[in-house]
Amino acid sequence: MTTEDKNLIEVRHLKKYFPIKGGVFSRKIGDVKAVDDVSFNIRKGKVMGLVGESGCGKSTTGRTMLKLLDPTAGEMVYDGVDIYKLSNAELKKYRTKMQIVFQDPYSSLNPRLPVYDIIGEAMLEHKVVANREEMMNRVFELMDKCGLFPEQAGRYPHQFSGGQRQRICIARALAVNPEFVVCDEAVSALDVSIQSQIINLLKDLQEDMGLTYLFISHDLSVVKFISDDVGVMYLGEIVEIGSKEQIFTHFAHPYTEALLSAAPSFDPTKRNNANRIILQGDLPSPSNPPSGCRFHTRCPFATDKCSQEVPPNVEIESGHFVRCHYAMERAEKRTSKQ
Amino acid sequence: MKNYLIRRILQIIPVFLGILFILFFIISKAPGSITDNIMDPRMTPEMRAALQEKLDPNLPFYVKFWNWIVEALHGNFGFSNQHYKPVVDVIGANIGCTFALALTAMILSMLIGIPAGIVSATRQYSAVDNVLTVFSLAGLAFPTFFLGLLLLKVFAIDLRWFPIFGLSNATLAHAPFLTRLGDMAYHLILPAIVLGLAETASFMRYTRSSMLEVIRSDYIRTARAKGLNEKVVIYKHAFRNAMIPIVTLLGFRIPGLISGALMTETVFSLPGVGKLSVEAVNTRNYPLLLGINAMLTMTTLIATLVADVLYAVVDPRIRYD
Repeated sequence: MTTEDKNLIEVRHLKKYFPIKGGVFSRKIGDVKAVDDVSFNIRKGKVMGLVGESGCGKSTTGRTMLKLLDPTAGEMVYDGVDIYKLSNAELKKYRTKMQIVFQDPYSSLNPRLPVYDIIGEAMLEHKVVANREEMMNRVFELMDKCGLFPEQAGRYPHQFSGGQRQRICIARALAVNPEFVVCDEAVSALDVSIQSQIINLLKDLQEDMGLTYLFISHDLSVVKFISDDVGVMYLGEIVEIGSKEQIFTHFAHPYTEALLSAAPSFDPTKRNNANRIILQGDLPSPSNPPSGCRFHTRCPFATDKCSQEVPPNVEIESGHFVRCHYAMERAEKRTSKQ
Repeated sequence: MKNYLIRRILQIIPVFLGILFILFFIISKAPGSITDNIMDPRMTPEMRAALQEKLDPNLPFYVKFWNWIVEALHGNFGFSNQHYKPVVDVIGANIGCTFALALTAMILSMLIGIPAGIVSATRQYSAVDNVLTVFSLAGLAFPTFFLGLLLLKVFAIDLRWFPIFGLSNATLAHAPFLTRLGDMAYHLILPAIVLGLAETASFMRYTRSSMLEVIRSDYIRTARAKGLNEKVVIYKHAFRNAMIPIVTLLGFRIPGLISGALMTETVFSLPGVGKLSVEAVNTRNYPLLLGINAMLTMTTLIATLVADVLYAVVDPRIRYD
């Protein structure tokens, strides 16, 4: 990650714990550490991809950043302002700057509102437009921009297909002229053919409007296509973060290596890849994470040190951080191999 | 919608006839006869038999049913011997009280139950929610007659805040209309509370569970992400969706309310259909009982139809064609 670009978003030591309650009087008996001390920056006008397997805390990170979930600890600095310290009224102003597109376009649209209300409601609420007439004009404009037919503005969500619904969700998010959009698995629920349309739409909008994205996905090929920077999450922590090239070609964390080796390839010669790392076992419980390095229970290269000591966050290249005891050695070994 | 309505109304006819058949069958098999409550000591068994033959001739069940249906189609639902009036007139004289009571109870229970349900859902597991839950369970569990008598004892007899029985004060018989209306409302307060309490509880529970389901849905999160006020999120986005199952409840509660009025009217001695049907059973006044039940059946069928139509109004996903 280069430092000359201005950071729009700085997430510092973000934590989100969900209490586990049990017993007759539902006392708190523990925490699910969904997001545990996550820090990263997103440069203005760039796309940050966040990858990891299900349950690793990607979506929780995105939702907590927008304060749709209350953070347990940490800071979320937006353009120099920590939004967690703002009052509700002040936060409301920031709601126009930060928007989110959810995973499931079937459940994230209110079935009782017509499309023009879904898209236009927030414009009136935040006084982006002066009156209903202006709102309708902007709704038509946005629908057109997102590849929808403006004449269908009076329809209800159930009258649209999945891809069209996701376009509505995107139009809705863009209605208030945001600068930053969280795409929370925005294409995962769609058919592959529709996925590419929506990704292209997101990418075009990002380039046209100069948007900044946090793109959450478990699909590496999608993340590779759209992102400038990539963070890899495992069990509530970011284990490796860096630019797209750094992550996809100079990766150093065993988990990143395993993820990349598991991604299907179109090249038949690369199938049955001998270097493929198959992870054993399931994701450990985030309420009781393993000691030392959280990945040591499934890491093929783990040593005694890994199970005892928490690994440091090593910067192996400029802006390329790896949370592994052997990050340097692994990086050097790979360079010598090449 | 028009076709759907016509089809639904046509469907009502066979259902109505089927229910009437079952009612007629049960009532015709009930013990006792129409002459049982004639206590004249001078009446000989022969005279009683002759009267029985005249009022309720010994014909096969299906013939009687057919005759009754034919007469009913002409607007004649039989004759109430007890009142010396046609059944239709007897019901007509009493139905106003029942509707007034049921309507008051319904409005009361909606006005209290639905907001309480919303509060309870938005603050799930809080002290407010727990207190409301205890109250609503108590409201459901309390037998109407016991609660009615309790309220009568405390508020009407001991405190003398409310009248003990009836629907109107006889001394106001010639007072202006508005005064009489106010008097009627005054008489209806206690019965409406008693009848409405269980309804309030069920409205509250339904609203609560329906709201809880909706509040957790993704589109509520979307509404929050829009930066809308919490009030708009709850009342515009959540409640409007939570209302859909409540509308069905509304349709099914109307007949329940009228049959619930039976107990309440008896406890508070109100001149309504409920009290009338209890008397009809006690005096073996079967034509009247049949008439009342036919009316209740029709009310139920119409209420269900109205609920179905309202369904399409509140939920754009439902289309009838």
